[in-house]
Amino acid sequence: MDSLQSYLFISIVLFCLGLYGVMTRRNGVAILMGVELILNAANINFVAFNRFGGMTQALPGHIFALFVIVMAAAEAAVALAIIINLYKTFSTVNVDEAHELQG
Amino acid sequence: MAALGFNLIAAMVIFTAFWVVTTSKLIHAAVALMGTLFGVAGLYVYLYADFLAATQVIIYVGGILVLIIFGVMLTHRVSGIDTLQTNMPNRPAAAVVVFLLFMGLTALLFRTPWHMADAAPVVSTVEIIGAALLTRYLLHFEVASVLLLVALLGAAYLARREDG
Repeated sequence: MDSLQSYLFISIVLFCLGLYGVMTRRNGVAILMGVELILNAANINFVAFNRFGGMTQALPGHIFALFVIVMAAAEAAVALAIIINLYKTFSTVNVDEAHELQG
Repeated sequence: MAALGFNLIAAMVIFTAFWVVTTSKLIHAAVALMGTLFGVAGLYVYLYADFLAATQVIIYVGGILVLIIFGVMLTHRVSGIDTLQTNMPNRPAAAVVVFLLFMGLTALLFRTPWHMADAAPVVSTVEIIGAALLTRYLLHFEVASVLLLVALLGAAYLARREDG
């Protein structure tokens, strides 16, 4: 079980579930959770390719995954600030109800 | 024993991720997301990525997840465990699209002859990552720190603005 294919398969499942969440959820926070699933799927790919690609002395996949985590932290902070602002302006966090450009 | 642990962690990741995107209660989704993130940290351990596993637990579970739960709490009048949310009316179409994508990616995965180099994994990755971050990836490291500073200032400004 401990092979490249099994990690890539888990990553595919995580990515598809995250995409499903992003496409079907209306609540902004729930959409953010789907995005986090997608980012985690990408990170599993980076680390798995690093492990099974023979790059165990330089670890570029680990570095890339670290920067993805940094970016995910920044993205979560900004996205939640936008969602809180949206809630203040429209009293809703459903992304399809906030369609006025000037509330 | 190791294979059993790996299968358990893989099953936990997939099951909790499924729960995250299907449950209608937001707090339940956040708790399920915690299970997924812990499971991914376990997968990192199986991939000999000890530093990344610790980072995953500290930043994702300790930081981003708490932020998400704050987001849920701050944007709902009712504070309770039953904060509901509804879904878009395009659920069947989304399910079909995602299923087709899943089948395509899985076919690609099992048809590709992956070339695997069998290098011995290192015991500890902390030293290598630390040296690489301050030599070869120094510019990326500094740019990431500026990005974090800008993003947090921007987030604080956006969330505290009084007049919308």
